[in-house]
Amino acid sequence: MFSFEVGSLLNIALVLVAGLVISIMMIWVERRFLGFFSDRLGPNRVGPFGIFQVIADAVKMLAKEDWIPPFSDKFTFVIAPMILPIVMLMSLGVIPFAPGVGVMDLNIGLLWIFAMAGLASYSTMLGGLASNNKFALLGALRGAGQMISYEVFMGISILGIVVLSDSFNLREIVEAQEDGWFVIPQFFGFVVFMVAGIAESHRWPFDLPEGEAEIISGYNTEYSGMKFGLFMIGEYIGMVVMSAIIPVLFFGGWLAPFGLEFGNEIISGLFWMGAKTSFFLLFFVLVRAALVRPRYDQLMSYGWLVMLPLSLINLLITGAVVLYQAG
Amino acid sequence: MASITIDGKVFEVDAKNNLLQECLSHAMDLPYFCWHPSMGSVGSCRQCAVIEYANEDDEKGRLVMACMTEPREGARYSIEAASTFRAQAIESIMINHPHDCPVCEEGGECHLQDMTVMSGHTYRRYDGKKKTHHNQYLGPFINHEMNRCITCYRCVRYYKDYAGGTDFGPQASHDNTYFGRWQEGSLESEFSGNLVEVCPTGVFTDKPFSKHYSRKWDLQSSPSVCTGCSVGCNTNPGERYGSLRRIVNRFNDEVNGYFLCDKGRFGAEYVNSSERIPVSMIRNSHDADPVQIEADIAKEALSKAAKGSIGIGSPRASMEANFALRDLVGEENFYAGIAENELGMLDKIIDIYQNKPVNIANIKDIENSDAVLILGEDLTNTAARLALGVRQSVKNLGRQMGADLNFPIWHDAAIRQLAMDKLSPLYILSPHTTRLDDVSHTTHISSAANSARIGMAIANAIDSSAPAVKGLTKDEKALVAEIAETLKSAKQALIISGTSSREPALLEAASNIATALQDGDNKANLALVSAESNSMGLALMMQGNNKALEQAISAVKKSAIVLENDLYRRASSSDVDAFINGLDQLVVLDHLKNRTGEQANLVIAAATFAESSGTFVNYEGRAQHYYSTFKPDSAIRSSALWLSDKPFNEITAACADAIANCDGITDLTPGENYNFAGLKVPRQHHRYSGRTSMRANINVHEPKQEQDEDGVMVYSMEGVPAIKDASVLNSPWAPGWNSNQSIFKFQENAGGALKQGSNGQRLLLNTCTKKTWYEAAGSNDAKEGFEVFPLYHLFGSEELSAYTPAIQEKATSAYISLNPEDAEKLGLQASDGVQVEHNGAVPFIVREATQVGTVGISVGLKGLNFQDISSAVALDKADNWKNSETWLAANIIASDKREVNIEGVD
Amino acid sequence: MFKALGKQIKIIWTQLVSLWLVFLHLFNKADTVEYPDVMPYMFPRWRGRIILTRDPDGEERCVACNLCAVACPVDCISLQKTEDETGRWYPEFFRINFSRCIMCGFCEEACPTHAIQLTPDFEMAEYVRQDMVWEKEHMLINGTGKYHDYNFYNVAGKAIGGKGKGEAQNELPPVDRKSLLP
Repeated sequence: MFSFEVGSLLNIALVLVAGLVISIMMIWVERRFLGFFSDRLGPNRVGPFGIFQVIADAVKMLAKEDWIPPFSDKFTFVIAPMILPIVMLMSLGVIPFAPGVGVMDLNIGLLWIFAMAGLASYSTMLGGLASNNKFALLGALRGAGQMISYEVFMGISILGIVVLSDSFNLREIVEAQEDGWFVIPQFFGFVVFMVAGIAESHRWPFDLPEGEAEIISGYNTEYSGMKFGLFMIGEYIGMVVMSAIIPVLFFGGWLAPFGLEFGNEIISGLFWMGAKTSFFLLFFVLVRAALVRPRYDQLMSYGWLVMLPLSLINLLITGAVVLYQAG
Repeated sequence: MASITIDGKVFEVDAKNNLLQECLSHAMDLPYFCWHPSMGSVGSCRQCAVIEYANEDDEKGRLVMACMTEPREGARYSIEAASTFRAQAIESIMINHPHDCPVCEEGGECHLQDMTVMSGHTYRRYDGKKKTHHNQYLGPFINHEMNRCITCYRCVRYYKDYAGGTDFGPQASHDNTYFGRWQEGSLESEFSGNLVEVCPTGVFTDKPFSKHYSRKWDLQSSPSVCTGCSVGCNTNPGERYGSLRRIVNRFNDEVNGYFLCDKGRFGAEYVNSSERIPVSMIRNSHDADPVQIEADIAKEALSKAAKGSIGIGSPRASMEANFALRDLVGEENFYAGIAENELGMLDKIIDIYQNKPVNIANIKDIENSDAVLILGEDLTNTAARLALGVRQSVKNLGRQMGADLNFPIWHDAAIRQLAMDKLSPLYILSPHTTRLDDVSHTTHISSAANSARIGMAIANAIDSSAPAVKGLTKDEKALVAEIAETLKSAKQALIISGTSSREPALLEAASNIATALQDGDNKANLALVSAESNSMGLALMMQGNNKALEQAISAVKKSAIVLENDLYRRASSSDVDAFINGLDQLVVLDHLKNRTGEQANLVIAAATFAESSGTFVNYEGRAQHYYSTFKPDSAIRSSALWLSDKPFNEITAACADAIANCDGITDLTPGENYNFAGLKVPRQHHRYSGRTSMRANINVHEPKQEQDEDGVMVYSMEGVPAIKDASVLNSPWAPGWNSNQSIFKFQENAGGALKQGSNGQRLLLNTCTKKTWYEAAGSNDAKEGFEVFPLYHLFGSEELSAYTPAIQEKATSAYISLNPEDAEKLGLQASDGVQVEHNGAVPFIVREATQVGTVGISVGLKGLNFQDISSAVALDKADNWKNSETWLAANIIASDKREVNIEGVD
Repeated sequence: MFKALGKQIKIIWTQLVSLWLVFLHLFNKADTVEYPDVMPYMFPRWRGRIILTRDPDGEERCVACNLCAVACPVDCISLQKTEDETGRWYPEFFRINFSRCIMCGFCEEACPTHAIQLTPDFEMAEYVRQDMVWEKEHMLINGTGKYHDYNFYNVAGKAIGGKGKGEAQNELPPVDRKSLLP
């Protein structure tokens, strides 16, 4: 059933280390770029260009008192922050970085991503619930509502791709784009998927579960030290996953554009996949710097009244075109 | 009552008061300087100007001074319309005022500052040269800074006219006017301290306070009661950085009004004395060095020692402390800690107050009496505030003359002009001249026993059913007839006596005279002065059992607990020595080191009045509560809490339950549940500064707020100041009124009683109307040697205040006083010393007005223990006598009837 | 329908414009001053470290009037008045708890003698909070600070050493109290 052609130990180690390092470095990259976008310098004191800022942050977080609120549900409180990085790393496993590079090659790769993204919402929910704090609970409610809503049309938005590529396997989806990236036939799908993806990973401007203007810090109000750090790492891994999945689905994954392939296919694939992922990572940072947070009702009505019809129309048209082409 | 219109509003006012007083009573802010509720109006400062309109159509009106205006029925006034005049008036007052506020002790509680702001004079336009004045040295109590004077004359009106001082007055003329002594030197009046509060600006300031000065807003204060004597004047002590900084008057119209004596004001700094017992100490044998112990260990040692021990109470410890000791050792083992004679006299006072038809006189009664007889009590030195009251009573003749001519009573200058030197009758029977002689009609010199006989004869002359006295001389008979006639014709006669003479017959005589004067409901005023702040409270506690110190000494017990009491001041040294040597264990609770404490096995560091709460009962049987002003070091606790494990309020309640007549003491505080909107009364001013810095040198982390034992006030600036209950009025302040003048905002009417009427509780009620008499004693047997009478000193005789540096400067060491004839007989020269039988040598002074064959011996002064001296002593010239440095004869002011020495000014 | 669509397009367009404009900031020069490497210019009236100054004669200016302490909104100043043998007031101790100080400058405004002044020095951090409690000897400088000529006792009426009664600015010699002449 499962084919492990890419699941060598070297591969696993490579993906895990690279994924984690990139995620963690994103914290610094994001802060620096946020600085540049707002005419500041960003963290530049620790190490060259401030590159070790993350290490300083990590040391600080690890050295902080590991405090568990006496009024919380202690077991759940401890478990909740672990869920997020775990499931996000699991999602990372199915991403095809290059031919022969990746942890798993699943037939249901796309569904796996969705399944993991669905599980990630437990982290938010349980964290908020276990804190036994009204602000945390409000944040958890917001997170749950937001994730469930956006998962719906996120799923619908990529059905067009499944129809076009005739597969749930991410490697096959990439290969199906040999003749042209899906972003062209599936432009609306891409737009909906990206917006939903930001909302799904509750990054700015859709970070309502921790909207500090109203609810202190939302579901992680009571968290501090490394438990808070886990939430943060999980979020950044999610960001990496999301930035990697978009090129895979819509921009031809490791495929070089305009025949700019070089070296063997793995080197070239890793380069182009990396370049495309980086572009979206930086795009996420730009979005965070530029856009303001909507109200929660705006978020929901935008999702159900705009995104859902848009994704459905996209699916209908795709289906119609495919059926027409098939004769 | 009259109905007047002020700025368009109609007010009901008392036409007997002046307009200023009524404006203030009706919560209007009208500036003033020279008016004082106790001293009336002279209209000299021109600050309280208002416009008076002739009728409804008058739009211009005319300027009048409110303090000199009688409110006319239906008249129309305006405060607003005269504001320009007042601003200009204060500008001219301020022309010569120096730029001194930052370095002036009055700053922050300055009436002049308040009035300047209130009048709207905010910018000095005058750029000419200012008048300046030299200052004078006015003794250890008062600082003089004449530049600041605004010539309101309040000081002179207080010092000369009110308090009867003779060595101070105005000098020079026009805007050179100078207020000071004729020559530099200590102010003689025992009430000079009130100048600090009377002066509206910083000319007269508190000298000991200045040495460790703090602004008013920085002082933590609480309602307290003076420990100096039995009058129980209400005070506001102020604390900063853990030391007591000063005492100011706390208004109580029935006890002390606006004024304190200098002992009360300057005599409380023993709280900061280096002689304080800072921590409890124990020693295992008589010869061992004392070892300091922690509070908990001390408490344990104390309760261990209490088993099978006798307790000796104290007339200067609170009711609660005495009761806690009585509770600890059991009633049968509790002794009074004062001599049998004194306890007997106090019992007699209680008996007279309850069972004779008399009116127990408070200060208002004293001030309103129009004929006064003082029997053998040197009032200025034993109960000074009452002497100041008596000084007011003699002015009642002038007031009556004014009233007969329809003069308003507040018209001070007019009444003074009218009365000139006419005074209401004041008779004094005393073994020596007194400080009230300048206002007395007659001061009759006779021994206490003889004075008692004369008193009995006066009673007999007033009411022939009183026991008669035989064997009076012709002069005495004439005096008796004169006094009897005066007292009988008086509207409100007052008899004053007390325990200081140690002659019980005097109390009986006073009682007989007052009884004789009773006519139905019209009872004569009687004030019987006791010795110490809680003498009466102790006597109430000992009622029905005669357990005085003598009984304690003869009790066969091996252990004793002595509460705040130096036994050597109560009984002869040999008796006390024998008593202490016979004990296995002596426990002493006290705040200051003394001879008894030195011999104790266990010394417990007890809190002073400023660090603890409690109840004192004053000479009239009035219970008054004092609140701790600040929290002492943790090694020091209130005696009551050392001796009892109960919370403080429960001790008070138990005491009220157990002691007859003491029910009232539980009503003195608003109770531990008192709050206003959930907040307690703060001890600190709302602008208290340095909260996060004052302890930062010890630890930058601020400690938790200390808890309070009464549960009424808190050691904090958080809370609601007394607006509901003036018994917790710590330091009066009202918006715009930072000085002590703001007290009128808390009074029913300006100058009247406090709004909540929190004057303490009279424990003894007199409903008796039946005349009963004490029998007269026979004449004394002549004794060998010189007959002894005690000489008290306001400064030095009292135990605690004598530890205060400023008081020490005004006090002297022990001495005796002789008639010149006797001095000559003994062959004494001015610089000689006198050998007192068995008691060493002391210096002497000559007092003309003492009887031949009598000797006055100072009480409580260092160098001689009055308790060691028998009632008649042999005197001899001392060999090789040299006066010691502590002998300051200049501090002894025997009488006021002296020539004022104007020579050698400056 | 079209109106709503138009509205949605407009919303999306404005978001894209925002993204573009913010993206352009990537090429702007940063405004940041890199403080420890580059010292910023501090204005003379900057409210930084508090000092106690001396008057032009070199005597302590502070007269321990307590006005700074009472003006302090966080109550972080405490002091005790004492005086020398000539009657000049000065603080026995003067303590500021800088861990509480908010550098509001009220103390400087309240000071009637220009003794307490705030300076442009702001580098006052300490590792131990207790070290932020400063006493007089830490704050008293040997100069007049911002106000060079003011000498409080020269305008006050109180006599001190070296300045008797009537010797201050704009004062007449002391009056003769024994004279009644006009």
